[in-house]
Amino acid sequence: MECSFALTGNGYVLVASDTTAARSIVKMKTDEDKTKVLGPHLVMTYSGEPGDTVQFAEFVERNLRLHQIRHHQALRPQSAASWIRRALADSLRSRSPYAVNLLVGGFDTSVAAIREETEAVGGEPKLYWIDYLGTMAEVPFAAHGYGSYFALSLLDRYHNPQASLDEGIATLRRCIDEVSKRLIVAPSNYKVRVVDKDGVREVEL
Amino acid sequence: MARRYDSRTTIFSPDGHLYQIEYAMEAISHAGTVLGVLAKDGVVLAAEKKVTGKLLDLSAASTGGFGGSGEKIFMLNTNVVAGVAGLTADANSLVNYARQAAQQHLFRYNEDIPVEQLAQRLCDLKQGYTQYGGLRPFGVSLLYAGWDPHYQFQLYHSDPSGNYSGWKATCIGANNGTAQSLLKQEYKDDITMEDAIGLVMRTMSKTMDSTTLGSEKLEFATLTIDPKTKTPLAKIYRPAEVDALLKKHDLAKKDEDTEMKAA
Repeated sequence: MECSFALTGNGYVLVASDTTAARSIVKMKTDEDKTKVLGPHLVMTYSGEPGDTVQFAEFVERNLRLHQIRHHQALRPQSAASWIRRALADSLRSRSPYAVNLLVGGFDTSVAAIREETEAVGGEPKLYWIDYLGTMAEVPFAAHGYGSYFALSLLDRYHNPQASLDEGIATLRRCIDEVSKRLIVAPSNYKVRVVDKDGVREVEL
Repeated sequence: MARRYDSRTTIFSPDGHLYQIEYAMEAISHAGTVLGVLAKDGVVLAAEKKVTGKLLDLSAASTGGFGGSGEKIFMLNTNVVAGVAGLTADANSLVNYARQAAQQHLFRYNEDIPVEQLAQRLCDLKQGYTQYGGLRPFGVSLLYAGWDPHYQFQLYHSDPSGNYSGWKATCIGANNGTAQSLLKQEYKDDITMEDAIGLVMRTMSKTMDSTTLGSEKLEFATLTIDPKTKTPLAKIYRPAEVDALLKKHDLAKKDEDTEMKAA
């Protein structure tokens, strides 16, 4: 079953999504990337109705790219997440709504986001939990899918907003291991990305 | 010949001019002076009011709750104030458009519109009137004083052709040449708000025809960051505050250290 996790740390956001593509009871493939890099400092995981997910993720990707080309400036994570939420909320009230759940992780590098205490990390990590009903919340950690029933309590216990990247990865691995152990239909592989002041990159678990 | 290429805004003259646009810009250089100075911790705007007189009833002038007399300086959004020079009626229409654009941005992105983007929106509109026939262009230049998280404090100027540019200190309207050369001489990088207010006041008094400055001839506004909330704070001075500021500044001319804050 689809699972995605994300958590913030000291100067970074980690996002992870399983890589299973399933149809009915059949596992079709296990290397499907269900994350999207939306900008120099913005990344998103998506899950939900097959078809809707890719369509919506590409719609978001192209629109945010257009904004960046037009204004020589990427939207800040907060603004991008608000725009994505609005797109989902408008879609929900149309004839053909998208059924997509998202985790949007970003790093705000704008001058105003760099305060005295964050000077060294070069900005502020941001994480937004968005569901298919257009609910949005800014959170320190987040999860979607059946995995969230196991992961959220672990994150509640072990999440530390000041954790280093290695500690953050360890916490993420703890979540993934717990899901593998307890969930009947646990996914086998995950794609993990980190976004910090240097941009978005993939992380091997 | 003289009438052939200037009756329509959208037709080039053989030597490549759009005369109506140039006339509009000429009209602005007779309008009341508007002056802006960018400081390291804020932006200052001042404007000369041309419509004055003892019989003018200002008691019902709409201040919009922001202070000022609402003739030359307007709040476009929480993070942008603008000073206008040119046709007041055209300016009102543009101010209305700008406020709507700013609110649309807030609705879409849940953030205050970046200053340059707002200037761009207005310029897109203004440019349209240099290209689509049958209508006259906006006879308005604006100075935008604003703050956003990308570039912090900013000062922009836009003209009827739809061009815009960013400035450290600039001036539009009557005597803008004199004012600009004064500003060029006296402006220093990393100028403080207090010095910037002094610079604006001095330049304004030298630029304007009248010998004495008063709130009936002057509008004044500042944009700073609220020290408590860390959000932009636009302040358009009320007539009494402008008078207090002028008075204090005249006194402060000998003693620069005197606090120049309006009461």
